[in-house]
Amino acid sequence: MDLSLFANPVFLVQNLVDGLSRGALYGVYAMGFTLIFGVLDILNLAHAATFMWCAFAGYLVMAVGGLPLPAGLAAAMLAGALIALLLELLAFRPLRREGADKLSSMISSIGASLILVSLAEAAFGAQTRRFPNSVLDPKPFYIGGFSGVRISRAQILILAASVVLMVGLGLFIRRTKMGKAIRAVAASQKAARLLGIDVNGVIVVTFLVAGALAGAAGILVALLTNNIVPGMGNQIELRGLAVVILGGMGNIEGAVVGGFVLGLVETFTIAYAPGGSDIKDAIAFLILFIILLVKPNGIMGRGKADRA
Amino acid sequence: MAKLLEVEGLQVRYGGIEAVRGLSFSAEEGRIETIIGANGAGKSSALLAISGIVRKAGGSIRFRGEDITHMRADRIVRLGLVQVPEGRAILSPLTVAENLELGAWTRSDAAGVRAELERVYGLFPRLSERRAQLAGSLSGGEQQMLAIGRALMASPKLLLLDEPSMGLAPMLVSLIFSTIAGIAASGTSVLLVEQNARAALKIADRGLVLSHGAASIEGTSEELLANPAVVEAFLGKV
Ligand SMILES: Nc1ncnc2c1ncn2[C@@H]1O[C@H](COP(=O)(O)OP(=O)(O)OP(=O)(O)O)[C@@H](O)[C@H]1O
Ligand SMILES: [Mg+2]
Repeated sequence: MDLSLFANPVFLVQNLVDGLSRGALYGVYAMGFTLIFGVLDILNLAHAATFMWCAFAGYLVMAVGGLPLPAGLAAAMLAGALIALLLELLAFRPLRREGADKLSSMISSIGASLILVSLAEAAFGAQTRRFPNSVLDPKPFYIGGFSGVRISRAQILILAASVVLMVGLGLFIRRTKMGKAIRAVAASQKAARLLGIDVNGVIVVTFLVAGALAGAAGILVALLTNNIVPGMGNQIELRGLAVVILGGMGNIEGAVVGGFVLGLVETFTIAYAPGGSDIKDAIAFLILFIILLVKPNGIMGRGKADRA
Repeated sequence: MAKLLEVEGLQVRYGGIEAVRGLSFSAEEGRIETIIGANGAGKSSALLAISGIVRKAGGSIRFRGEDITHMRADRIVRLGLVQVPEGRAILSPLTVAENLELGAWTRSDAAGVRAELERVYGLFPRLSERRAQLAGSLSGGEQQMLAIGRALMASPKLLLLDEPSMGLAPMLVSLIFSTIAGIAASGTSVLLVEQNARAALKIADRGLVLSHGAASIEGTSEELLANPAVVEAFLGKV
């Protein structure tokens, strides 16, 4: 281990910047995943495939269609909302009956995920797509000269967009009437129906929001890595699940905190541990394991009652 | 007198269990109607079927002249038929104020909702003091007040109450019953299911005894209080 690394403040701040932007992406992705779990008690295993399709949607609009960045972001989120709506109508709602086994809807979402990935492979092939430089200038900014801290435009966009999405989702869920109805459905579908709430309508809104978040995560990851392939969901799928468990299943604030924890742990493992990038997953998941030993319900987990 | 609710031959089945078998009765506007019956007689099943929560195996239900037999639960609430179910169905992770706000989910008249909220807080000052508290942390009695207050937020034409006195201390029971009498006096009709038959019949205009899923005895409260079969089964031990 290179001990001088620990005394280098620029290196430390650099890793903070990289870790936070990585964590922000995990957080945005995991918020949508955990939202659906909180409301329906099911794992939507097609969330990663939705994420991947949205990266392509943004790519098509910006790289092929030549439209500017805001249009690409909007297109990705819209595509995510649309795919999630289809998932709800075709994969989840038909299986949602009183007392139906939650595992059946999980399997149905695995099937949907396989279909979405094969469709992407058929449509786009295995070849990697990249954005032209006109979409987002790849030249980073340097704080404190060329030997200082480097931050790319994609990272600035990620940090800004994720703060907007995290605060926005929080306000939506806590403050708006629809947000309260979503929490009511999460707490008890029967109670919600007795209040006159159209439960299926609320579930549709939940899927639209979760899908839009998968879309935002997809296009932001695509802009950061500039590496768009049908298999790109694999990278984030297990990490998203880990983040959701780490934060407490169904807990939105937990997903944000968990996302940042995983992003920072991974980045610092790569930076400071010998052979870091080879063992980063092993170390990251070892740390998650230790956190869960101490807090089995996740960092923010307080059990079912406080979900969503 | 106009019929508010008409239930005809209602049936509810759970697998092989016939919980309600051909229940018929009606509730009139401006009255308190009570259903009493032993444990497992099918009282809750009947109420949940009326509200569209439990599937009906047969029969028909009309509310304010409209056929609601196959209507979705949320539409039924919109028509003004609101239920406080057994167990209260409090939304524990939400605050008292949020529970009440969702009680008015079907309404869009903001001014009317605000006035309703003040009425509910006036009716149950305890809820007003605890408005920012999580509903799950309320005591049983407070939760019952919240459940009734929340139902009133919808400004119901007919309020279905399933065992509102369950698990409450005697002092709270009499508060709940006098509140129910007050609700009816202010123009909301009430269908009250109770184990506490004496208290229920005291405030009700009419009553019905449900046994094994069907109506066995029906009449005015005075008639039921004087009926030897009712006295023996439900009023014997005072
Ligand atoms: N969800 C269910 N699944 C299967 N059987 C049920 C269900 N709910 C009720 N039952 C059965 O239906 C019958 C009627 O139950 P119900 O709850 O309607 O009675 P009740 O009159 O409300 O009783 P209590 O006074 O104890 O509340 C009982 O035999 C009960 O076991
Ligand atoms: Mg009952």
